[in-house]
Amino acid sequence: MPTSQEKTSKVKNRSPLSSRITPYLFLSPWMIGLVVFSIGPILLSLYFSFTNFDLLQPPNWIGMQNYKNIFTNDQLFYTSLVVTFSYILMAVPIRLIVALAIAMLLNRNIKGIGIYRAVYYIPSLIGSSVAVAYLWQQIFGPGGLFEKVLSLLGLPASPWIDEPGTALFTLSLLSAWAFGSSMLIFLAGLKGIPESLYEAAEIDGATKWKRFVHVTIPMLSPVVFFNVIMSIITAFTQFTQGYIITDGGPINATLFYALYLYNQFTYFKMGYASALAWILLVILGAFTSIIFFTSKKWVYYES
Amino acid sequence: MTAGKSYNLGNLMTHIVLITFGILMIYPVLWMFFGSFKPTQDIFTSPSFFPTHWTLQNYIQGWTMLPNMKFGQFIGNSFLISSLVVIGTVFSSSIAAFAFARFEFRFKRILFSVMLATLMLPSQITLIPQYTMYHFLGLINTYVPLIAPSFFGAPFFIFLLIQFMRGLPRELDEAAKIDGCNPFQIYWKIIMPLSLPALMTTAIFSFIWSWDDFFSQLVYINASSMFTAPLGLKLFMDESGAQLWGPMFAMSMISLIPLFLVFMFFQKYIVKGIATSGLKG
Repeated sequence: MPTSQEKTSKVKNRSPLSSRITPYLFLSPWMIGLVVFSIGPILLSLYFSFTNFDLLQPPNWIGMQNYKNIFTNDQLFYTSLVVTFSYILMAVPIRLIVALAIAMLLNRNIKGIGIYRAVYYIPSLIGSSVAVAYLWQQIFGPGGLFEKVLSLLGLPASPWIDEPGTALFTLSLLSAWAFGSSMLIFLAGLKGIPESLYEAAEIDGATKWKRFVHVTIPMLSPVVFFNVIMSIITAFTQFTQGYIITDGGPINATLFYALYLYNQFTYFKMGYASALAWILLVILGAFTSIIFFTSKKWVYYES
Repeated sequence: MTAGKSYNLGNLMTHIVLITFGILMIYPVLWMFFGSFKPTQDIFTSPSFFPTHWTLQNYIQGWTMLPNMKFGQFIGNSFLISSLVVIGTVFSSSIAAFAFARFEFRFKRILFSVMLATLMLPSQITLIPQYTMYHFLGLINTYVPLIAPSFFGAPFFIFLLIQFMRGLPRELDEAAKIDGCNPFQIYWKIIMPLSLPALMTTAIFSFIWSWDDFFSQLVYINASSMFTAPLGLKLFMDESGAQLWGPMFAMSMISLIPLFLVFMFFQKYIVKGIATSGLKG
């Protein structure tokens, strides 16, 4: 085994075949998985999206028909897009602002940080579970805890989950409630900002607010960037809440895109659902590219 | 002196804000917890937060409510799936991470980018072709679709493990090579033991995610005897006509206990895992 020369010699071509294929050998499980579970299905669903596949008959090529129907003839498609975007616009900012605020409080070297961290993280740990989805339904449903609190406070009480106007916001609250993981990422980012920067700013006479705007925000921007992308993708593919808590209702007020896609799948409209999946892929791709592209302007990287 | 005083005052304010908000945050969970020990009619009517008379009735009723099926069976099924997913993820991800962290090879950059691109690929995108594949293989209503993918590497964990392995001193590999270890032995005897913290993080998170996963289970499992904890909860809810909130809370608590236990015992790894894997993205 000519191993120890490998590092010193630059002559890559001379290394024997066996050592050249070794890395691929280690990568092979992942590479097989990549083809079977990711790339293959992505391409196959592109093909399915041009067919009327229904799992029972072999797929028939119908060209752009599915896409044409989706864009010109499917009101629920647009409804689900509006629902999903509204959800993102509500859930992501609330979640990230609360996460950053709590992270900054926890970053003040206070006592008992372990307990606080645990309390704030637990909702995030269980937030996507079915159990919590039912709990939410109970709290905000008819006769639920929240309605009781509202009437105790003398406010107009109604089950928020049953009202088209508030149902989606209630689900956004659940997503915001589970802000713990974003908070931990922010906290780690805050800990990484050198104290000397704040001291220098203080000497220059910067107020607290100015230090936040000119030191914390720029130094934290890579973390913000990461959190924004993660939260948007999670929100885009939200399924469990809409399925369990509201089943898309009332009057489609919580018909998430992923839920709509799933419904088409349960009717065995595989071609149609594949077209929906590809539209989702394109939207997600566009979104992440835009964020990545603009990130050069607002994300600050050292060195 | 004044500076010290205002510092203390500021600290006190911070604690007050954190405690108030923390209570609000944890309130729903505690309400469910204490509710699971109250008679159902008390959950909504009784003004007291703590049960006035504690009862285990909800747990007994919930555990045995479904005909011919104990709730424990769902929990057992979930455990079986999650354990296999953890084993698969740890080995398949670490072996891929080892290749990326320790070898130079021709398509490394491209493959690495491809891996990053699939990092957040939502399951809805691949749902239909995968379902079709399992359908024709006769694997619908088995656990294969839930477990098999984890044996082929999970991008998120590969990435996390690469970051960790890069930090391990290369001298160890060199020394092992001189002692006649082949690459597989280096992976197994040197890198794996040293990567234990990152492997723990991988195991913990793959457990939590597969325990919480609902979408794939809903899609692939339809026989109630094979139901997992989340599917069992849904069945329970449908069967009881959304009336039996006491037993429902009790079974919800049981389905969450594994997550709480994991959190209690491995909090350190969870916090560290989120912090580091998040940052280096």
